[in-house]
Amino acid sequence: MQTLRIAWTIFVKDLRVEWRSRETLASMCVFSLLIVFLFNFAFESAREETLRLLPGLLWIAFAFAGILGFNRSFAGERENACLEGMILAPIDPSAIFLGKMFANLLFLAVTEAVVVFAAALWYNFSFLPSLGRFALIVLFGTVGYVALGTIFGAIAANTRMREVMLPILQFPISFWILILGTDATSDVLRGNTAAFAAGAARVAGVSLIFAVVSYLLFEYVLEE
Amino acid sequence: MPPETSRAEATLELRGVSKYFGDLPALRNVSLRIGRGDSVFVYGPNGAGKTTLLRTLATLARPSEGTALFSGRDVHENPPAARAAIGFVSHATFLYGELTARENLKFTGRLFGLREPEKRIDTALELFALRDRADEPVRGLSRGLQQRVTLARAILHDPAFLLLDEPFTGLDAASRENLQSLLRRLPEQGKAVVFSTHDFDQGVTLARRLVAMEAGRVRYDGPLNLAPLDALHIARAH
Repeated sequence: MQTLRIAWTIFVKDLRVEWRSRETLASMCVFSLLIVFLFNFAFESAREETLRLLPGLLWIAFAFAGILGFNRSFAGERENACLEGMILAPIDPSAIFLGKMFANLLFLAVTEAVVVFAAALWYNFSFLPSLGRFALIVLFGTVGYVALGTIFGAIAANTRMREVMLPILQFPISFWILILGTDATSDVLRGNTAAFAAGAARVAGVSLIFAVVSYLLFEYVLEE
Repeated sequence: MPPETSRAEATLELRGVSKYFGDLPALRNVSLRIGRGDSVFVYGPNGAGKTTLLRTLATLARPSEGTALFSGRDVHENPPAARAAIGFVSHATFLYGELTARENLKFTGRLFGLREPEKRIDTALELFALRDRADEPVRGLSRGLQQRVTLARAILHDPAFLLLDEPFTGLDAASRENLQSLLRRLPEQGKAVVFSTHDFDQGVTLARRLVAMEAGRVRYDGPLNLAPLDALHIARAH
């Protein structure tokens, strides 16, 4: 309970900082919209091709937007050694992980909503028939991706080449989420409801493993 | 914050602590014990290991060799117990630029689980003459004002051990006097104060104990008025 209370405090602090600076969410949205926009011009696709390309394109946009967000999330903590300031408090380190993860999750979820809306317009594609199942797949995948991004963001924040280091750490591990997420999204958008449960279970399973491992390892990342 | 009973016995201690950054030794076999009411002035030239010493006491740096203890137990076995009793001011401010001074203190108060944080925040703001600027984002404050907020942050939870690394940085004359008065007052209340400053004359007027450091070693640790000439010479020479 105490851990959740502290996590909530850190989450609210991150929202307040973002509300004042408006740096993270804006850059995530603009960057991911650019990806979707440029792909739209690069592949002027017919509906069948759109169905083939769109799942991968969406997950690529989510992945890159996430990297931007995770970098920004810990850049703010690095400035004035604020992360050390939190470590100096008598709190469970996992509360820091949860607080930062919840904030990253919210920022990426908002970005994903914006991207999906833009993709629906630009690709003239309706997500409505499968919106619930699609949202569930994206949510499952995003949780695991954000958990990894939060722990790798904290690791990369202490390195010299932090902007480069984060994707180098993040992508090789999280490609499982991206591949399974793309497959499951593809099935959902094609209306293949029979494959939905298995796809969703695979994405949720991998995400759960990544989230639990990240949660358990975070305190070691904070050590000097 | 620990209860008074445990506070009475609280000690911060380093036993045979060495700290290396790669092959570079920052501390070499340092042993030190800080107890109730201690007022310690850590002095030495640049690179002597003062900052690493304070960071190790504050639990931020883990010894490469030896042990850091809080009330006789390794601090890294149960860091929250030690951290609840420590207030630390380092070269960095630990402040979020987008938040106001009051919001920064409120955030710290919540992390430390303070009861009646508003009252304590008001007291801390008052102590460092920050009330008029309390609702401005920290990013817009001068370095001196930010340092005052940092000091207010460090004392907010009424720590038994106040560790200050160059706390006078950027402070104007009135704020320096405020801080000096606090550093004299806290040991009388049973709190321990450990601070470093490059202003030797200022340090000796505030502390009763000198820890003179050179090249990562403690060259002298004892009462200021009994410090041998060579220890004072090391200190004064730099």
